Amino acid sequence: MLSELFPNVRWEDMWQATYDTLYMTIISTAATFIIGLIVGIVLFLTSPHQIWANKIANFITGSLVNIFRSIPFIVLIILLIPFTKFLLGTIRGVEAALPALIIGAAPFYARMVLIALREIDKGVIEAARSMGAKTFTIIWKVLIPESMPALLSGITVTAVTLVGYTAMAGIIGAGGLGNLAFIDGFQRSRDDVTLMATIIILIIVFIIQFIGDFITTKTDKR
Amino acid sequence: MIELKDISKIYKTKNGEIAAVKNVNLTVHKGEIFGIIGYSGAGKSTMIRLLNGLEKPTSGSVIVNGQPISSISGNKLRQARQKISMIFQHFNLLWSRTVAENIAFPLEIAGVPAAERKVRVKELIDLVGLSGRENAYPSQLSGGQKQRVGIARALANNPEVLLCDEATSALDPETTDSILELLLDINKRLGLTIVLITHEMHVIRKICHRVAVMEAGQVVETGDVLQVFQQPQADITKNFVMQVSGTKDSKDSIEQILANYPTGKIVKLTFIGNKTEQPIISQLIKQFNVEVNIVHGNISQTASGPYGTLIVQILGEDSNVQKALNLLNSIEIQTEVIEHA
Repeated sequence: MLSELFPNVRWEDMWQATYDTLYMTIISTAATFIIGLIVGIVLFLTSPHQIWANKIANFITGSLVNIFRSIPFIVLIILLIPFTKFLLGTIRGVEAALPALIIGAAPFYARMVLIALREIDKGVIEAARSMGAKTFTIIWKVLIPESMPALLSGITVTAVTLVGYTAMAGIIGAGGLGNLAFIDGFQRSRDDVTLMATIIILIIVFIIQFIGDFITTKTDKR
Repeated sequence: MIELKDISKIYKTKNGEIAAVKNVNLTVHKGEIFGIIGYSGAGKSTMIRLLNGLEKPTSGSVIVNGQPISSISGNKLRQARQKISMIFQHFNLLWSRTVAENIAFPLEIAGVPAAERKVRVKELIDLVGLSGRENAYPSQLSGGQKQRVGIARALANNPEVLLCDEATSALDPETTDSILELLLDINKRLGLTIVLITHEMHVIRKICHRVAVMEAGQVVETGDVLQVFQQPQADITKNFVMQVSGTKDSKDSIEQILANYPTGKIVKLTFIGNKTEQPIISQLIKQFNVEVNIVHGNISQTASGPYGTLIVQILGEDSNVQKALNLLNSIEIQTEVIEHA
């Protein structure tokens, strides 16, 4: 039945593309989480009245985040071509999409981390300081656990955005469902391929959102 | 135990400089419960934060438990803070941790091994009366229970000093009393020095040995609680004393009595210690042939003994009334003749 509805879909290619999309999404989400978290924490701690309050450091970090956040992703991919080539020796394939995906998403996530950390009760940080906690302990045992639900819902939104980004990265030849839909579906006018690729992307997004919401609710003890 | 010398704290704001604390000198002895009272904005929050280095003075020195808190920093300050605990108005518990995990937090900071932490947390939970709730999250506790967790957490590393930042201000009167009793008990049992800030004279009356009254960044009055209650000097102190002696409420009734009975004298008597138990009124009536009309009465318990106020109208021949007043003065009862309400 499926082959009647989708006569032009080569399932082997479709699964390979799905695998590539998942691969790009998972690796880039993981890297975005770590980098975004670090940058977000630096942004938070260097802001006024915080432990590392420092106008210059805060300004520089904030500016970098804003610059990379405002470049349209498709332009960022092109701007990063020389960088990717230098890093990986090629600009094709799933690995080659990763630098652009991470650099595109991490600043976006860093902003969400900052918002999440600002929501933490200042009194709790003060209490930890009054107990003689080191800054590292405050980051690890207060800031991260106390903002965990917001950090998780933020990374869920970011992961969904990254699925979209992988489709765009597909256009420059990174592989994945976006690539398949564009080259096989659009350029050869095979609408069933485009439709199938869209359906799979939708399923991936729904699964990410479901898992994200589930874990967020689980961690929230407020 | 605690010594503040010539402390000033000045904040620079867009609208110029604001002195939160001005030229304060204060000594707190080992093992006493010392209260700092003042209205909001009087500088008490800044004062208490100077004691654990959360705030640094602009000038002057702070010595707590032998450590020059105002001049040390880094690791030394963090070590010192483990012996100067703090509890807060809004408890400041980590919502992501259970009761037991919250209490274990300062132990983790101090590097206590997991097995020892477990034993110590159990002891502390028993001490503050929260057995059975160790696996609850703060969101499942009442305000009083949260403050008990706060107290247990503060006691974890066997501190020398406990700082209470408006610790009962977010609690209802009954819970306030049970938390104050817990603090008093801890003070007696562990010999802990307690410094608390509050805007409620009730708290001072109930547990403090000595009190400092703050207004606009300055300490305007210091002394033993009973002495301050009996002879408040500054106007602001008189206001605070009225909070508990209830004389503010009786203002209307005094006005009415003054209007209804223009004759006689309205007298406010302030008793402390065992004089509250003597039959002074009946003595007056018998000895001087005067009539005594009670307008208002009140006895409060303080940490260092009872304290009472009584407002009476004394009627009779002028000479008899005068003799009655002389007697009151002679037996060391604070006597104040009220002419106007």
